[in-house]
Amino acid sequence: MNEKEWPLFEVFVRSRSGLEHKHVGSVHAADARMAIEHARDVYTRRQEGVSIWVVRSSDITASDPAEADAFFEPARDKVYRHPTFYSIPDEVKNL
Amino acid sequence: MYTQGLDSPGREALHASSPDTAALEARFQARVDADEKIEPKDWMPEGYRQTLIRQISQHAHSEVVGMLPEGNWITRAPTLRRKAVLIAKVQDEGGHGMYLYSAAETLGISRDQMMAQLLSGAAKYSSIFNYPTPTWADVGAIGWLVDGAAIMNQIPICRCSYGPYARAMVRICREESFHQRQGFEIMMTLARGTPEQRRMAQDALNRWWWPALMMFGPSDAESRHTAQSMRWKIKRFTNDELRQQFVDITVPQARFLGLEIPDPHLRWDEASQHYVFGPIDWAEFQQVLKGNGPCNRERLEARRRAYEQGRWVREAALAHAEKQRQRAAQAA
Ligand SMILES: [Fe+2]
Ligand SMILES: [Fe+2]
Repeated sequence: MNEKEWPLFEVFVRSRSGLEHKHVGSVHAADARMAIEHARDVYTRRQEGVSIWVVRSSDITASDPAEADAFFEPARDKVYRHPTFYSIPDEVKNL
Repeated sequence: MYTQGLDSPGREALHASSPDTAALEARFQARVDADEKIEPKDWMPEGYRQTLIRQISQHAHSEVVGMLPEGNWITRAPTLRRKAVLIAKVQDEGGHGMYLYSAAETLGISRDQMMAQLLSGAAKYSSIFNYPTPTWADVGAIGWLVDGAAIMNQIPICRCSYGPYARAMVRICREESFHQRQGFEIMMTLARGTPEQRRMAQDALNRWWWPALMMFGPSDAESRHTAQSMRWKIKRFTNDELRQQFVDITVPQARFLGLEIPDPHLRWDEASQHYVFGPIDWAEFQQVLKGNGPCNRERLEARRRAYEQGRWVREAALAHAEKQRQRAAQAA
């Protein structure tokens, strides 16, 4: 079994217009065109989608989960970015 | 389908761990205990990774090999409606295999490696697919019993601690329900048909009942690794618990069909509120697992042939893609 494997593509499906594309899994294909056809057959047999994106898995750069704590730390102490941080008297309306 | 509780952690799970690893393991277990999901790039114990690779790939192989017994009837389905349904069902099983291979690949094994393990006979797949489908009623019995047992096995895996496996399982479970219902409908049609059709339905039930119970894997006393898999939340119920649940819901369905479960020991136990069933022939189970079931050789042969006959297509598609890429580069 020494042949070259078809490259891996990550698949993103928009389930209906108005919603964002969402990652659903991956497929192997010789090229992007074929990956879209495979993704249709594998992930949308019951009309789960109106649009498909594929991207070569090797082209994805991801943040490192081991560094997640430090990486997302800057947002942790900025509670003032949330509306509930501010106390406004009840009698003030529409705020 | 179709895990069979054959999953066992490899030796790598047992080696002594360094203090660093011990801390990582403790943190990992705490996350699992808190019902957090583990994702592909997260740190995980090697035993967890290997157990999942083995279980998910076995499961994927089972879906793919599982297309063969039913595929046998596509050209001879009795009506156009039955044929369209059967094609859709078999195609779903192929899709289930693809979801699962894709989930296993996130753990660092390649599709080619898994394929090689299947074709060499090194990898296991569910024993149920090594039984033949000599009559049309077998298609009904498989949907009703085999997919029914699969659903029972698979629903708890939707809450598995490993994210990609759990998500694949949610997708699969959504699709399995039609499989079981179409099977039951076939059985119902036969059970209400001519005496020959009724006999055919009963004969299929006779042949599939015990193999379906074996799908849940060895009894709890025999399966040594259940405890670890439960601690890791890969498994939520034991093999025997799931098997009992399956018997309890299936016996009344057989009654409804007017068919008889081929078990002289079967009785309702008022005290435990469960059906008590007779002993399972584990020697047969072991034989089928070892490769000596009625169709083991035929099934692997079919997979190998498909792999070999598809080789030129895979190579040609790659060559074509490469040519297109070069042309585009030149034009730019
Ligand atoms: Fe399936
Ligand atoms: Fe199924």
